[in-house]
Amino acid sequence: MVNLEIKAEVENLDKVTAFIDEQLEAADCPMKAMMQIELAVEEIYVNIAHYAYAPNVGDALITVDIVGDTALITFEDSGVPYDPLAKADPDINASLDDRTIGGLGIFMVKKSMDDMRYSYQDGKNILTLEKKLR
Amino acid sequence: MTINKTLNETALTIEVEGRLDTVTAPELEKEVKGGLDSVQALTFDFSKLEYISSAGLRVLLTAQKLMKKKGGSMVIKGSSEDVLEIFEITGFSTLLDIE
Repeated sequence: MVNLEIKAEVENLDKVTAFIDEQLEAADCPMKAMMQIELAVEEIYVNIAHYAYAPNVGDALITVDIVGDTALITFEDSGVPYDPLAKADPDINASLDDRTIGGLGIFMVKKSMDDMRYSYQDGKNILTLEKKLR
Repeated sequence: MTINKTLNETALTIEVEGRLDTVTAPELEKEVKGGLDSVQALTFDFSKLEYISSAGLRVLLTAQKLMKKKGGSMVIKGSSEDVLEIFEITGFSTLLDIE
């Protein structure tokens, strides 16, 4: 299990992605799963960077645990309590004029991960993504 | 991310190379919002696009709405299978003209 503690700012997304890729490459993760995980990590991380501590800045702790052929990626922050799983799915059949991008990021994460769990413990948001690598 | 633009009278092709994510999408958004005045036919060439997140999708949605408003067209070509799958799960494949 390895982790990265980082100042939750959008500008640090590259560092987060590089950290995740390094762990996935070490586990021989196939390209397709890697892209899906990167996508999920970006959506979750950027949410934390934008909203968790706004208008201030705080830290996020990201942990990667590879168990057999499954990757478990956990995000922890001490910002405002927020359960992204509680957000309603967007209407993906809406017409162009009615179509908005709100909620699309989390929806993409739900569709591409095998499981997602959220809890709020000891003043922390804890979100875990689970993805089978093969 | 690298953006290459080719303008042929009123037809603009924007080739996007690399990653279209939260950090890079604003650059493409700037091109889309400020560079389409004389454009009637917009093509995105995604043959060198490696990755797209919801921030990238947001720019495509903005571009599509702009082109529709002015009665022009917008086409996306060359997307990889991984990128096509993202268009699929988000419903963008029915919203955009994807070749």
